[in-house]
Amino acid sequence: MSEITPDLVRHLAGLARILVTDEEVEKLTSQLSLIVDSVATVNAAVAGDVPATSHPIPMANVFREDEIEPSLTQAEALSGAPDSADGRFRVHAILDED
Amino acid sequence: MTDLTRKSASELVKLLASKQVSSVEVTQAHIDRTNAVDGAVHSYLHTSPESALATAAEIDRKRAAGESLHPLAGLPIAVKDNLTTTDAPTTAGSKILEGWVPQYDATVVSKLRAAGMPILGKTNLDEFAMGSSTEFSAFGPSRNPWDLDRIPGGSGGGSSSVVASFQAPLAIGSDTGGSIRFPAAVTGTVGTKPTYGAVSRYGLIALASSLDQIGPVARNVLDTALLQDVIAGYDKHDSTSLPESLGSMAEAAKKLDVKGMRIGVIKELSGAGFQPGVQARFNESLALLQGAGAEIVEVSCPSFEYAIAAYYLILPAEASSNLAKFDSVRFGLRVTPEGNPTIERVMAATREAGFGPEVKRRIILGTYALSSGYYDAYYGSAQKVRTLIQRDFDAAFAKADVLVSPTAPTTAFKLGEKLEDPLAMYLNDIATIPANLAGIPGMSIPNGLAEEDGLPVGIQLLAPAREDARLYQVGAALEKMHEEVWGKRMIDFAPELEVK
Repeated sequence: MSEITPDLVRHLAGLARILVTDEEVEKLTSQLSLIVDSVATVNAAVAGDVPATSHPIPMANVFREDEIEPSLTQAEALSGAPDSADGRFRVHAILDED
Repeated sequence: MTDLTRKSASELVKLLASKQVSSVEVTQAHIDRTNAVDGAVHSYLHTSPESALATAAEIDRKRAAGESLHPLAGLPIAVKDNLTTTDAPTTAGSKILEGWVPQYDATVVSKLRAAGMPILGKTNLDEFAMGSSTEFSAFGPSRNPWDLDRIPGGSGGGSSSVVASFQAPLAIGSDTGGSIRFPAAVTGTVGTKPTYGAVSRYGLIALASSLDQIGPVARNVLDTALLQDVIAGYDKHDSTSLPESLGSMAEAAKKLDVKGMRIGVIKELSGAGFQPGVQARFNESLALLQGAGAEIVEVSCPSFEYAIAAYYLILPAEASSNLAKFDSVRFGLRVTPEGNPTIERVMAATREAGFGPEVKRRIILGTYALSSGYYDAYYGSAQKVRTLIQRDFDAAFAKADVLVSPTAPTTAFKLGEKLEDPLAMYLNDIATIPANLAGIPGMSIPNGLAEEDGLPVGIQLLAPAREDARLYQVGAALEKMHEEVWGKRMIDFAPELEVK
């Protein structure tokens, strides 16, 4: 059995910056338990010395010439932002003040 | 004039080139078709009739002036809504991007524009391409033109249903674990996942970057080949783009010869778990190929048993990282909770409101798979399974030029049938996922109807990396044999949709 508990789901959702309701936690705990039990079978497959593959077609050192090319203007880069000011993205306070 | 929307892309290209029809006529015919049927099918999230007609008129003007044009110029197309377009909203099927209009075109979209192909609209998909049915689209599911109570496959059910319902001759899809091939199989259409890196992913809203690949969707193999030839090629904006050309797919699709080719049947992808009608049609196609001079060999890929497990660790891990960019700062939705919240609370509230259930499930699963203490056991082991699957394919391709399997275990299931059972939904992808894990090309073509439900069945062809042309050669040859047996194209068996 997997170790998926409601507290772990809350912790993972926190790490992923997703608010979850109690109802969602309950549902996710049971669904993720089933999924994790199922995918944990990968452990059985890789006994012995098998190298990892992170990328299907290996490529290395993909560089381009260090030349300035056209890119988004500041206004274009900001155009989709929910809020901006003085040519910058505007966000809420990073530190909690209370 | 017969209905232009029933014609194949290759037929329309000839009519356009010989000026028997104009691009405006072809484009308008497809717009009219959409107005008549898309209320029921819901292939599109957004349509762009005015800009499509403007492009068409421009091509007609250039053709009249005798200017040199791309062979597919004037042929309209639909694009999956996870590809960025500067002139249309791009949502990836998610509320978190509702209303966002990108500042740049995906490379594939730029290529379509450069070829002079009018873009009819953006097609529906499961949110961020996570799903097998389009039911996880935040904007409602698409429906299967063969039976409107059934799913059109996913994630690219918008692109499969748009060509299957004659709203577009061609469409662009993306395939991370089968999102082009499964929808093709259940709608009686054709779809290819090219070799990883053959088509630039620049401007594709990433799901799992080491698995994602953009590909062509159409109603026959030659049309699919023509489209792959438009969108393939090196792109400096994608560091995983293959530098070499893979040759002309259209030329391969015209060979119509399988004599002497070795066709490998993957032992693990047949029998138990596959619907009888799916298996029966598959066996009949093997007999056709053999009759045409191909040699049928059996191959074994024992590690495929672990493919779904590895995939559902690698995909969520990569997705949880890729989707971190939806943070309420640079684009998309921002939800501000009561009081004087910190940015962290704003992010969490935004992602709660903006992401649907499957996306949350996979992000949290990916966060788990990557967290310290679990990384080696889950993500690390999954990457090793990936190596084993590549080795299985290497061994299989030593014995066979092309591998075949049913594309999916079943025909289209009913809307709602698997919505609350993620594991059952994941099992649909059993035959398609291995190709993504190994980076090799795969294609699904129509393979007849299952007698038990009268619904379309697909056959999947797989080739070694960079050998996409083999898929088109065998696929087109098999398609021709099928049409000789059936007396017509498979899509012509589809029931007429009620038009509004």
